[in-house]
Amino acid sequence: MGLLTTIILIPFLAVIVIGLLPEKQTAWIKRTALLATAINLGLSIYLCLDYLGKIGWSGANPNTGAGLSLSYEERFTWLGKLGIQYYLGVDGISVLMILLTSIVIFCGVFASWQHEHRVKEFFCFLLLLVTGVYGVFAAHDFFLFFLFYEVAVLPMYVLIGLWGTGPKEYSAMKLTLMLMGGSALIVVGILVLYFQAGKHSFDFSVIAQAKIPVSTQMWLFPVMFFGFGTLGGLWPFHTWSPDGHASAPTAVSMLHAGVLMKLGGYGCLKMIYVMPEGAKMWGTFFMILTTVNIFYGALVAIQKTDLKYITAYSSVSHCGLVLFGLATLNQTAFQGAVVQMFAHGLMTALFFALIGMIYGRTHTRYITQMGGLLKVMPYLGVSYMIGGMAGLGLPGLAGFIAEIQVFVGSFALNSVFHRILTILVATSVVTTAVYMLRALTRMLYGPIQDEHHEHLTDANFMERVPLAILIFMLAFAGIFPGWMIRLIEYSLAPVMANLQ
Amino acid sequence: MTSTGFWFIDHLWLVPLLPFLGFLVVGLFVQKSGERPASSLAILAIGASMVLSWGAGWEYFTANLGRTLVPLKFEWLRFSPTLIGNMGVLVDNISVLLILVVTTISFLIHVYSQGYMHGDPGYPRFFACLNLFTFSMLGLVLSFSILQIFIFWELVGVSSFLLIGFYWNKPSAVAACKKAFIVTRFADLGFLLGLLVIGYYGKGFDFIYLTSPETIKNLEQTRLPLLGVSVLPLSAILVYAGAAGKSAMFPLHIWLPDAMEGPTPVSALIHAATMVVAGVYLVARLFPLYAATEAGLMTVMVIGAFTSLFAAVIATTQFDIKRVLAFSTLSQLGYMMLSLGVATMDNPLGFTASMFHLTTHACFKALLFLGAGSVIHAVHSNDMRDMGGLRRPLPITHATFLIACLAIAGVPPLSGFFSKDEILAAAWNGEHYVVFAVAMLVAGLTAFYMFRLYFMTFWSYPKDMHRFEHAHESPLSMTFPLMVLAVPSVFLGLVPFSHYVSIGQLEHHGVSIGHLEHHGINWWIAGPASAMGLAGIALAFLLYFHPNGVPGKIAFAFGPLHKLVYNKFYVDELYLFFTKSVIFRFISAPFAWFDRHLVDGSMDWIAQTTLLAGNKVRSSVTGRLQTYLFWSISGAVILGAIVWQIGGTVGWTLAFTGLGLVAMMFIWQFVLQLLNRSEPLKRIKQD
Repeated sequence: MGLLTTIILIPFLAVIVIGLLPEKQTAWIKRTALLATAINLGLSIYLCLDYLGKIGWSGANPNTGAGLSLSYEERFTWLGKLGIQYYLGVDGISVLMILLTSIVIFCGVFASWQHEHRVKEFFCFLLLLVTGVYGVFAAHDFFLFFLFYEVAVLPMYVLIGLWGTGPKEYSAMKLTLMLMGGSALIVVGILVLYFQAGKHSFDFSVIAQAKIPVSTQMWLFPVMFFGFGTLGGLWPFHTWSPDGHASAPTAVSMLHAGVLMKLGGYGCLKMIYVMPEGAKMWGTFFMILTTVNIFYGALVAIQKTDLKYITAYSSVSHCGLVLFGLATLNQTAFQGAVVQMFAHGLMTALFFALIGMIYGRTHTRYITQMGGLLKVMPYLGVSYMIGGMAGLGLPGLAGFIAEIQVFVGSFALNSVFHRILTILVATSVVTTAVYMLRALTRMLYGPIQDEHHEHLTDANFMERVPLAILIFMLAFAGIFPGWMIRLIEYSLAPVMANLQ
Repeated sequence: MTSTGFWFIDHLWLVPLLPFLGFLVVGLFVQKSGERPASSLAILAIGASMVLSWGAGWEYFTANLGRTLVPLKFEWLRFSPTLIGNMGVLVDNISVLLILVVTTISFLIHVYSQGYMHGDPGYPRFFACLNLFTFSMLGLVLSFSILQIFIFWELVGVSSFLLIGFYWNKPSAVAACKKAFIVTRFADLGFLLGLLVIGYYGKGFDFIYLTSPETIKNLEQTRLPLLGVSVLPLSAILVYAGAAGKSAMFPLHIWLPDAMEGPTPVSALIHAATMVVAGVYLVARLFPLYAATEAGLMTVMVIGAFTSLFAAVIATTQFDIKRVLAFSTLSQLGYMMLSLGVATMDNPLGFTASMFHLTTHACFKALLFLGAGSVIHAVHSNDMRDMGGLRRPLPITHATFLIACLAIAGVPPLSGFFSKDEILAAAWNGEHYVVFAVAMLVAGLTAFYMFRLYFMTFWSYPKDMHRFEHAHESPLSMTFPLMVLAVPSVFLGLVPFSHYVSIGQLEHHGVSIGHLEHHGINWWIAGPASAMGLAGIALAFLLYFHPNGVPGKIAFAFGPLHKLVYNKFYVDELYLFFTKSVIFRFISAPFAWFDRHLVDGSMDWIAQTTLLAGNKVRSSVTGRLQTYLFWSISGAVILGAIVWQIGGTVGWTLAFTGLGLVAMMFIWQFVLQLLNRSEPLKRIKQD
């Protein structure tokens, strides 16, 4: 059994083990989940290091070919007549995403340690979801990809509907329906690609080499981009995100905003690889939509007072940057977009973890009802501040690497119109600073607003661990970006070759 | 690493690194162990880095190298195979000069803060932040590429934010730190765009590459698709926007007076001596680029001159001792900028003068702030109207403060006299007579408002006897830095500055340092300038030495004009109106409404329409668990059968049918059991 199958199977096995454990044994359930995610984190780090060792840590980019050069391939025929295979394999971008998934779920399990309501089912669904996410990032067959994609998206409904807060059924329904709408577009698109390629195969590389007719690409590309974009928070199909994230429990928000939204960007990149002509035709159009995302998400966030809404709209803005970078079809901006997926995954997981912890203490998410929290909970306060700084693109943290790469990349589109879009997008560095600082200072600075807050406690050990891990990774990726760029640029070569 | 043959210069990378380690250690590990370990560690870190920089400075200036060295360089961020963001250490005369200034003043201020911050609950945090700032500032100064300077530029911004908001319980401090960050961030947007322009058209970020004549020529000849504007002035002006934000040039100056909400040592270090000169340093760093474009230099000069006059006028009316000093800083920064603006590649006197003034100003302005801190420490008030007669209880503070006042007023032979004279001479030689006249006027105003402050604080008579009686001299840790800083404030002017510091890369331009004429004192310029200074002092003496009603009467006589100046020309109110009323109310709020009601509303509308349609076919759905289970199982079986028929291997088919079945039942069970009572879809109608 290959490494990738192992990574996919471990959380699934944990689901089964947890399923067999008696409901009362909550401690063992949590320990099982933690053990499974810890093993996966270790395996992902090994995968990342090993992959970097294979392609070399520095020097010129050895990959110049047009075919995706995969590693850790596992390939079995599954449904032979239809050409469906169980085909796994990763490139540098998938490796980075698998690493992100492992970090976020590991921290997510920590953040749900205090969870007491229906623990067994909660962890079952959570780990099932993660199984799907790993599968999507490892799959190299469209059918398998879609299968895992659905496994990743569907448990969300139950997780929000059952363990959420506020208007949870409404939010869960909205989220699921909108994402299903996206999936419907994707499934149609996959079938069209399959038949148009005419190679009797769902293999990514085969379809990409098959040169889909331009007339098909012309209409299919936007369909697929919207399909994946819905999950990636593409305007105007982003509205599931604020409600969904606001209602979801902590670990689910972390996982959803941190990892699932990345599936959208990841899928869009695959579409650009498969349909380069369509991408060229529609690039500018999607640049406009994503400019709206970035510009408008940040402006709306200024108005919000609920921490989860602020973070959700900041996600709309930040994920817009991912899609914007992809829509520019420029190597540098692609690099930025992928780094942004990684960076946003970490920072948004940090935010939602913190919001959960703060809410658990203050029982409010409205920044207008908080104040002076830095005094009573310095650890949480400082962590929030670092998260905020990462969000506004402070150099030294990962967000900056992404932003500067996207900006430099999109600035290379040498026409007045594209320049205007780039400048509009760049103004988000100011608006982001406004809403981040507004939330930070309202919540943490100033005198304590509510006397009940005087006696709140700071983070305990189980809460400190995930925060420390996420912050460490944000800083590590921000200070030493070379390895990420190495992974990404190696894997972008075939995409760029197709776009030529 | 390329060795330069000088030990200290080769190890200059340690200079920023040590305070960074100090920051990590103090910030992470000694937050709870009291005052002594925190301040000792912080001071140790900065002290070591000061020793290293003095070693490097000694090596650099005694060897009279006058050229650019790169002891360290590495690839940090690759944008594309051809565009690479490098980092490293760039050593030339201005960077060496600046690290000397930064480490020395930072060290003294660390020592001073030991006494000043004593007993503050945030004591360790203060030292951690101070170390963080010093690290960022040193990284900025030693930057090898414009990308690196941008990075440290943001980091000094955030450390300034943390330190202005140090007293975060105070709402005014919170507002001030937010304002400082956002205003400078707005300016940095210009810098960022400039960076993009330079990166795209210049195809590189390294300073050495950017300031080479070939690159400049290349940039000059590249024209934008729009309007055919040359790229060179555009990038120069965009980058200048960032510089103007950090150096608080009009109209981005509004954050600096408010930044005085921070503890006084912070005001001295960040908002007077070091961080605010980063803008001046950036322009100096890219000077060949500015010198090649008329528009760029013109912008620098005009905005500099205007700011220096504007701020000096405001300073004459303020009563908060730190605000007067803040406006004075603005005015002096304007001086440095205008001095850069009048320089050219052929006649770089203004460049030298600017760096000279930067150095002397750092000393005497830090001294003034620390003195003011000592006064505030004694009387617990910032308002000059509460002070008076303090020369007796605070003898050391008084003496050093007087020296600093004389220096900034340009009284010969103190340091300020020489640097100011050089700026005036540069303006005159550059034939910028209007700027010269403005600078002359500002010299007089400076002397006036500084001595107004001095007389109101130390002479006059005590207005608040209670405060006066409790005033006592500060501890040695605070007076020691005052005494140390007084020395360069007096003597620094005697250093033959232009012998050491001039525009870098001279070899490119066919001039070597030796050929640079050392301008002696031109008494035709220095004489009137000194006279202006003395006149300002005399006027302040008449009005404020003995308390009298004259200043009040003058203010009354000017009426609305005085009010306009006292309220800083209402620039803050203008900004406030723009952000609160225009951006928040007319842009942000409608967007939020639009998102919730139109974008999201249309999604809900689609859902409701579907629901209505669904009601029509509802009869087929019984709502009974058994029915659903029956359909799902039979579905799975049929799917399995199909899969088997089209040729999947039996093992795979069974495995996946079973898997699908289990998962399906699992999901159904929970969904039905737990959700069918609440009927989610009905919620949509309610919302």
